[in-house]
Amino acid sequence: MSVIMLQLFNGVSVSSILLLIALGLAITFGLMKVINMAHGEFIMIGAYSTYVIQQAFTSNVSKAGFDYYFMFAIPFAFLVAFIIGLILEVSLIRFLYGRPLDSLLATWGVGLILQQLARNIFGAPNVAVISPEWLNGGWEIVAGTVLPYKRLFIIGLVAFCLICMYFYIYRSDAGRRMRAVMQNREMASCLGISTRRVDMMTFAIGSGIAGVAGCALTLLGSIGPSIGTYYIVDAFMVVVLGGVGKLIGTVIGAFGIGLTGAYLEYWTTASLGKVIVFAGIMAFLQWKPMGLVTMRSRSLD
Amino acid sequence: MLKSMTLSLQKKAWLSVGSSAAVILLLSAPLFLSDFNLNLLAKFLAFAIVAIGLDLIWGYTGILSLGHGVFFGLGAYCMAMYLKLESTGGKLPDFMNWSGLSQLPAFWKPFQYAAFAIPAGIIVPMVVALILGYFTFRNRIRGVYFTILTQALVIITTTLFIGQQKFTGGTNGVTGFKTLFGFALKEPSTKVVLYLVTVAALVGVYLVCRYLVRSRTGKVLAAVRDAENRARFIGYDPVKYQLFVFSLSAGIAGLAGMLFVLHVGIISPTSMGIVPSIEIVLWVALGGRGTLIGAIIGAIAVNAAKSGLSSAFPDMWLFFMGALFVVVVVFMPKGIVGSLPQIIAWVRYKLRRTNVTTTQNLIEEAKS
Repeated sequence: MSVIMLQLFNGVSVSSILLLIALGLAITFGLMKVINMAHGEFIMIGAYSTYVIQQAFTSNVSKAGFDYYFMFAIPFAFLVAFIIGLILEVSLIRFLYGRPLDSLLATWGVGLILQQLARNIFGAPNVAVISPEWLNGGWEIVAGTVLPYKRLFIIGLVAFCLICMYFYIYRSDAGRRMRAVMQNREMASCLGISTRRVDMMTFAIGSGIAGVAGCALTLLGSIGPSIGTYYIVDAFMVVVLGGVGKLIGTVIGAFGIGLTGAYLEYWTTASLGKVIVFAGIMAFLQWKPMGLVTMRSRSLD
Repeated sequence: MLKSMTLSLQKKAWLSVGSSAAVILLLSAPLFLSDFNLNLLAKFLAFAIVAIGLDLIWGYTGILSLGHGVFFGLGAYCMAMYLKLESTGGKLPDFMNWSGLSQLPAFWKPFQYAAFAIPAGIIVPMVVALILGYFTFRNRIRGVYFTILTQALVIITTTLFIGQQKFTGGTNGVTGFKTLFGFALKEPSTKVVLYLVTVAALVGVYLVCRYLVRSRTGKVLAAVRDAENRARFIGYDPVKYQLFVFSLSAGIAGLAGMLFVLHVGIISPTSMGIVPSIEIVLWVALGGRGTLIGAIIGAIAVNAAKSGLSSAFPDMWLFFMGALFVVVVVFMPKGIVGSLPQIIAWVRYKLRRTNVTTTQNLIEEAKS
């Protein structure tokens, strides 16, 4: 019983990180038909931003103050990833709208460059980020079943980001403009929406969220230049499974893959679990080829 | 009219002269290349074969596969299993001993026979491609979705190969081969023969693919690439064509993988992972997608640059490769060969301009 509970808990925490990563991917793909392979590198940027903040705190702040560095690291990771995302959008992505395959290749190149940059700046070996004291330990719900505070914190952080995204997309003016552009770019542009600005902001926000995901990943282990590549393909599978265009699809996709993955990898082996999940996704796509939630449209291609 | 006809005749003559010169150059390479460089060139030619396979599906049919590393690897493993069993004389390979197996697994047994292993190196990738293709193309899953699924295929195959160490050798892969049909693989004469076999395979694959893309089928493939639904409405079944070309392309990749193992002497999951798979795409993109000769040129050029750069500056290579991706996609979507007419026109234009200016200068000099 406790094992099942613990796997459920692990699955939820893996899914929540996947969700953070896939959110940005799903939005940029839905909005501009651009596949951002460098998205994983924004995770890496967020993780290293956290590392930098931690280093700054260890050398400048007293031991008591150090525990609160994480509260600064989260917005900082978001901001750094946001700004780099903005730069990438302005300098490269905007030339690739509507060319998903080309954008995939070009951003893959960008990802390689960013990884190598990180390797040159921080060194190739992984670096460890020391978690704040108050996140060590866990919450013992039943005797013998301990839920680590770190994972609880990550789930809380993801829930917070998700609520923010929900309000941004469905309850704010900027989000309304974004949805309008997603549904019909020409018409939105005719009605006076600056599609350029919407694209820029959306891409940057998606990158920023990936940065937050990277920040969360530092709690789970040491970080390295290629940390993003572990997660990026799974995140893409979330997008394929969940469909494009609605938040709820991404949420279901992430939990579907994260939870089944956690259980299967426990029951079989890690490698077999991945194979079964992939086969499951293929089977699912036989039923719904365009993913779980799609935007209705009459266009053929 | 007449002029353009003579021009195209001239072009054809030049092309046939150029291609026969290239073939002669390749065939005579053992005479002037050192053993090391010959081996390197042989490896590049094996890569060129898989590049042609990818070009067939990406350049001509518009399906981008990031999974060709897997097909390449499956072919390579089939060959490696045969070579391994030949070197152990049918006994248990060393890595199986280490991981505690006492009997040869059943699926390894047929690989003792070259007559099984060599066809398997082509058929196994084809079957995998057929299965994946059937379940995707049938549902009209295409474009990026298909590409992402092929990438997922790469991930699970490599994790599976690493995880099942007792059957596949794990991260170390399969290596330690000694002979092929009784000939020592280290022997320079064997290497020359294997090189010539690779050249023959390359030329053969090139000719078959050229015939295919110029045939009626090739026209349908291009139609599927440019407007899948229109092709469907006219009455062609795009699924059949996509399946055919995808599995053919996978078979070509398997053939290339077999040759690769013979030249390099090792196959491990790192040679079939995500990065090698996407590198194949870079070769084709740089050389020129939709031109078979471009795939060959791209594969050889990028690999030559890689072996030159990565030994001198290992860090620089990744920067270079990343930048190459961006530059090719943004500025040269047609690749080298596809942009050739533009480049020639530009050079001609510049030459003419310099000619004009020099004559003007002469006139002015004469005046003064």
